[in-house]
Amino acid sequence: MDALDIARWQFGITTVYHFIFVPLTIGLSALVAGLQTAWVRTGKEQYLRATKFWGKLFLINFAMGVVTGIVQEFQFGMNWSDYSRFVGDVFGAPLAIEGLLAFFLESTFLGLWIFGWDRLPQKLHLATIWLASIGTLLSAYFILAANSWMQHPVGYQVNPETGRAELHSIGALLTNSTTLVTFPHTITACFLTAGALLLAVSAWHLRRGNQEEVFRPGLRLGAWVVLIAGVGVLITGDLQARIMTEQQPMKMAAAEALYDTSEPASFSLFTIGSLDGREEVASVRIPSLLSFMATGSPGGEVEGINDLQQQYERKYGPGEYAPYVPVTYWSFRLMIGFGALAMAVAALALWTSRRGRTPANRWLWTAAIATVAMPLLANSFGWIFTEMGRQPWTVFGVFKTAESGSPAVSSAEAATSLIVLTLLYGVLAVIEVGLFVRYARAGAPEIETPGDDDADRPLAFAY
Amino acid sequence: MELTTVWFALIAILWAGYFLLEGFDFGVGILLPVLGRDERERRLLINTIGPVWDGNEVWLLVAGGATFAAFPEWYATLFSGFFLPLLIILVALILRGVAFEYRGKVDDDRWRRRWDACIIGGSLVPALLWGVAFGNIVRGVALDADHEYVGGFFNLLNPYALLGGLTTLTLFTLHGAVFLALKTDGEVRERAGRLAATLGGPVIAIAGAFLLWTAIAHRDHGGWILSALAAAALAGAVLAAYARREGWAFLATGATIVLATFALFVTLFPDVMPATVAANSLTVDNASSTPYTLKVMTWVAVIFTPVVLAYQGWTYWVFRKRLTVAHIPPASAPAREKV
Ligand code: HDD
Ligand code: HEM
Ligand code: HEM
Repeated sequence: MDALDIARWQFGITTVYHFIFVPLTIGLSALVAGLQTAWVRTGKEQYLRATKFWGKLFLINFAMGVVTGIVQEFQFGMNWSDYSRFVGDVFGAPLAIEGLLAFFLESTFLGLWIFGWDRLPQKLHLATIWLASIGTLLSAYFILAANSWMQHPVGYQVNPETGRAELHSIGALLTNSTTLVTFPHTITACFLTAGALLLAVSAWHLRRGNQEEVFRPGLRLGAWVVLIAGVGVLITGDLQARIMTEQQPMKMAAAEALYDTSEPASFSLFTIGSLDGREEVASVRIPSLLSFMATGSPGGEVEGINDLQQQYERKYGPGEYAPYVPVTYWSFRLMIGFGALAMAVAALALWTSRRGRTPANRWLWTAAIATVAMPLLANSFGWIFTEMGRQPWTVFGVFKTAESGSPAVSSAEAATSLIVLTLLYGVLAVIEVGLFVRYARAGAPEIETPGDDDADRPLAFAY
Repeated sequence: MELTTVWFALIAILWAGYFLLEGFDFGVGILLPVLGRDERERRLLINTIGPVWDGNEVWLLVAGGATFAAFPEWYATLFSGFFLPLLIILVALILRGVAFEYRGKVDDDRWRRRWDACIIGGSLVPALLWGVAFGNIVRGVALDADHEYVGGFFNLLNPYALLGGLTTLTLFTLHGAVFLALKTDGEVRERAGRLAATLGGPVIAIAGAFLLWTAIAHRDHGGWILSALAAAALAGAVLAAYARREGWAFLATGATIVLATFALFVTLFPDVMPATVAANSLTVDNASSTPYTLKVMTWVAVIFTPVVLAYQGWTYWVFRKRLTVAHIPPASAPAREKV
């Protein structure tokens, strides 16, 4: 492996890892804020207990989101310096704006929320978690605008003298059609993920008959969030597929392993045959579905990999323009599949727990607890599909991955960093999961009523 | 003023803000085993920075992002060139950040001792390496005609840069001691005050030598003046520490850090990364983005920086009260058991 391959592995590993924590942060911050709002409005103790319980889990997760994010911010310069040189003028802006607008907001107000329970008036304290939550959404918007520009570059021109991309319109960059569909798709996926966590942890406790007053509402809230967010994910995913077919037809063809242009094109739920789908032994197919996804009409024409390869060779010169098809084909299906599975479990959980009922089926409990992993997997496959489906480009049609690396970094250095970070992330994963499980099991805290208004009483929260 | 100059100044301000704020965080982390004699005292120390350390670290992220946006060539050359030191800094910052959050989450001594080690190492290593990195930037490094760093790892460990590292390390430690004297009460306050006074002499010697070396090597008028002011502020800080004027001492160590950072940046200007072969140097002109991007970024910075400063300042106001061990609640975390 040369330094470039190592850098690709590192980027893939660190980013997928970062994105395990990101959706939980985005979804949970809003859900916790909602629960705290319910407490402030109604004064019911069960809401306060729920706020504190889910808030703890949220913070355990947030810490990992923050520290893995720091690596993301720096590895563009470390491992992708030629990429950074080429795009800095365009791509640096949203990244810097993200820091100034979003990261300051998130980190400062979360600090106020954690330590401010007895320092701030109730309503102001509530405002801090909402502001932190807004910060996570802003952060997502700007980073997705940066990523969408790589999928569909707009508002720029390549300067022939310097050979660099130059920004011409920040407005175009921030209203990129790709961003406008990627943002809602990603955010609804984040809520689906957080809902699944509520569902799973609540199910674990309810199965044991623990703290029904906190976890029955938790189960139902989680399941509703999964279902509603899930519908949002489907709708926005469908929009995304259409935009993607226009902007990156090769990615759509690779998603279906469609080698020859078809009209109408069917969608295979799965295929048995060679991994890249060239030879097929058996498959389950839904007629016309791919045409519908890609074009919005059941009879629409979908271009195949072979035709696109020829078109691209004419346009960009000789080269291999198809991504690695086994990955795109399967990651696309697994993204959709795991999401659908989580939604099915959520629907079942809602039905069996209706009007105070408690489900009796052992398998349903197990499934409900397992749901926590499904959206996490769906998210990872979604990103792997998006990013690997763009190959061989880093900036689609403009700049190739092969030109993006850091000439100053040797493969030994790159390998050191890959190994160090992967090991570190592995160890941290074990610790974080252990803590998470421990706190999830401990259940919701009892609320002690604070004594007199003594200024010297212990902090309500301390590290 | 040209926008490239404005952005050079803004990046200097972001780094100065980062060192000013995370400087005392680092200092508190480094002093954890020195000033925290038992578990409650250690928790007291950590809680003085608990609400703010993450917000302080964002100054670094924004400094990085702003460099990417305003001077892509600088960002690319610096971060790929100083690859291994940066990797070490990243690992340190990761361990330290997780340690703050996780340390108190299990009631077990072994667990806490391990995270304490992460906090101490995770504070000490970056406090040293940032100085080494800046020492090298100011000294000039081997860049080829494509602005790629070709100097290798061990050339980064030259005497001047190492002295720079010692300077940031000791200065941040002093800054942390002064901060703790200001933010705590009782015995810890007393000890922190005494330690700050003791550290004064060595810090003056080390930081003074570094600033003098910089000034003599570069003969830059602005750099001279700022270095002299930084030295004066440091002397003031040490005097105030002796007199136990805690507020003044903290203001003065803060001023020292900001002025010394400015001195380095002014010495650099108009280079952003001078090369040993002058023709290969990166300057504010050949490293910068286009005027359009700089203009957009300037608007964003002008509008939002005051907002950020206002709410970060307000946070410090909310948590202005001195802490004592009496404020530290008993450990409430689940005890260690098989999970
Ligand atoms: C869709 C959302 C999303 C995506 C695609 C990314 N992130 Fe992220 N990031 C977040 C959403 C987010 C967040 C929700 O804002 C986080 C997650 C947990 C947290 O603490 O904030 C965060 C944290 C976070 C931090 C720490 C902020 C702090 O200290 O408070 C940094 C520096 C980055 N991210 C940088 C990146 C970069 C450079 C990415 C691209 C490669 C990236 N993130 C992908
Ligand atoms: C958090 C969500 C993301 C995930 C899970 C993700 C995943 C990946 C993966 C798996 C790769 C490796 C692809 C390959 O080498 O074949 C990759 C590459 C890359 N991605 Fe992303 N990505 C994410 C977000 C982003 C964002 C937001 C950006 C830009 C702001 C970005 C920029 C890049 C770059 C520069 C590469 C390296 C070039 C390449 O190998 O394609 N990614 N990403
Ligand atoms: C019918 C269901 C779905 C469809 C049609 C769909 C469609 C898509 C498409 C076309 C993309 C690639 C966009 C691009 O590369 O330009 C994508 C990406 C992605 N999907 Fe889905 N998706 C579905 C379900 C899900 C589910 C259930 C999740 C997670 C819970 C999910 C999470 C993601 C993520 C995180 C990405 C990467 C970010 C992005 O590009 O938006 N998707 N999806």
